[in-house]
Amino acid sequence: MRTTHCWICIAATVFICCVLSLSAAAQVDEPHSDTLIVDSTTIIVEPPPAPISNLQVVDLPNDHGHAFHLTWNISADDLGGRNNVLQYRILRTPGWAGPLTEPQGDGPQWRNEQGTWWHLVEGVWDTIASIPAGTAEYFNRGGKAREGNDYSPDDVGFSFKILSVGTGGAVSESAIFGPVESSGQWYHTGKTWVVLAVLIFGGLMLTMVRLARGGRELYIRPLAGINAVDEAIGRATEMGRPILYVLGLGAPDEIATIASFTILSRVAKKVAEYQTELIVPCYDSIVMTIAQETVKQAYIDAGRVDDYNEDMVYFVTQNQFAYVAAVNGVMLRRQTATNFYLGVFYAESLILAETGSLAGSIQISGTDRVTQLPFFVVACDYTLIGEELYAASAYLGREPILLGTLKAQDYAKALLLVAMVIGVIAGILNLGWLTDYFALNI
Amino acid sequence: MKRQFPLIIIFSCGLFMVVQYFVPHEKSEFFYEFIALDWPPIIGVFALMLGVISLTRVSITRIRRKTEAWRYSIVTLIGLFVMSAFGVIGHHYPPLSTAFDWSFNNIMIPISATMFSLLAFFIASAAYRAFRARSVLASILLVAAIIVMMRFFPLGPLTSVVGKTSDWILNVPNLAAKRAILIGVGLGIVSTAMKVVLGIERSYLGKD
Repeated sequence: MRTTHCWICIAATVFICCVLSLSAAAQVDEPHSDTLIVDSTTIIVEPPPAPISNLQVVDLPNDHGHAFHLTWNISADDLGGRNNVLQYRILRTPGWAGPLTEPQGDGPQWRNEQGTWWHLVEGVWDTIASIPAGTAEYFNRGGKAREGNDYSPDDVGFSFKILSVGTGGAVSESAIFGPVESSGQWYHTGKTWVVLAVLIFGGLMLTMVRLARGGRELYIRPLAGINAVDEAIGRATEMGRPILYVLGLGAPDEIATIASFTILSRVAKKVAEYQTELIVPCYDSIVMTIAQETVKQAYIDAGRVDDYNEDMVYFVTQNQFAYVAAVNGVMLRRQTATNFYLGVFYAESLILAETGSLAGSIQISGTDRVTQLPFFVVACDYTLIGEELYAASAYLGREPILLGTLKAQDYAKALLLVAMVIGVIAGILNLGWLTDYFALNI
Repeated sequence: MKRQFPLIIIFSCGLFMVVQYFVPHEKSEFFYEFIALDWPPIIGVFALMLGVISLTRVSITRIRRKTEAWRYSIVTLIGLFVMSAFGVIGHHYPPLSTAFDWSFNNIMIPISATMFSLLAFFIASAAYRAFRARSVLASILLVAAIIVMMRFFPLGPLTSVVGKTSDWILNVPNLAAKRAILIGVGLGIVSTAMKVVLGIERSYLGKD
């Protein structure tokens, strides 16, 4: 009897286990909400990631228009949760559709230079960018040329939405934000400190000029390179050899070249007075034209217009090393007594200066290119370092107004020094609010 | 008026460029592109013609007067006109275009490379002159230069020390001096621009 009971218990246990197993098996085979059975093949479909939230779109400030700034909170499944966000796809509507062979509808449209028509399409979502997961910001900068494929018109309302694309391809949509219009601004608010700096500097300059005009004696520290100009021209006159003036490789719109023109004017006037020969080989044809006028005017001012010869200032070439070869040739053949290198220089600076040094010329150089300054310092007798090049004209002229501007420059440097010291102290004391307050947003 | 008219043009253009810097609007950009980007190439094309005329005239004068090394002027004129002919005619007649390329690749480039390579020798001679320890400052310069040059040498256990010292020289005293010069240059640029725009500096226009 006891044996029968045992067998019944065993049979019941086995039966219950079988039922439970079958039940479990049935549960496994039953399609899950995230799976799909197609022709006996099971494809696991991942659930879409959570959508992004708090999408904000604003017209990009301080620009020429045609641009938006998008920000959002990343999906809960990005860098957390299921961590299955592959990318974000940014969509925008309306879009410009085309090219078309003829105008379509009554809405805004235009014809580009190729004769094809484009028209505004409401409600069509264009994918404007796909950006990687983890990003919470995007700048939608469109083109401003109507003919361009990336044209993004101003004063047209655009709506935006962002799709969170999962690693399995499933997507979730954000709420739509918009419409927002882009437009250009008439003042760059990030440059306010620059405006103030320019106004302070301009005010200093005008004050110093007024003081100088009023007869105030302004002390300007002497520059050896400037003091040597007269001596160098005198030496060339005594030796009966020409003076070489090189304006450098700069374009006429570079300040160093402009400063060089003003020095050339002073040098040419003295050369005309001393009746010495001046040679000005030019790298740029526009520079040549301006230099010709400058030298001619200097000769007129010196009352030596008959001595002026247009061939003093001539064009050589716009190839850097061909120009160097030509100028070196002039130095060695003509045995120039004095060489001026004032303006913008690159790799040719040392080749020119060393050749002049070998030829035994007195050399006065000046450039604002920091990388070329050591070469000039080593190979030339006198070098105008950086800002001294810009100041040279005022030194040579000794006109009170120009000296006033130099004094203003010195005061501006003192102000900058004070600002730097305050900045360093603020940095050391971790006064971020102070440094941030003066930060530029260019 | 002859003197005032250029000053008015300079003041107007200068003022516009200053204002334009603070106005990001498309219309401001349009004028900037029109004046600052479109005009210079147009002026440049005509000025290039003036440049070629100037070079030709100077070369012909030298040849006619048989000045020193006048034969070089013949080479200059041949180079100028033959290469121009190859370039212009070669556009329609391909064999000449090939001749242009050949001449450029086999004459112009090697000559330019030769000039550039001279720089290595000039650097050596300039360095010799600069690094002569004639004073305390020149000696400091010499020591600093040796340390900076030595960072490229394998010096065994000293490599790291020399490398760090060299980096410190480049990033601290050297960079400080560079920035000081750049700040001065920046102020000088603003000052010169203001002087020219406001007509304070007008020496390039001649006497008042």
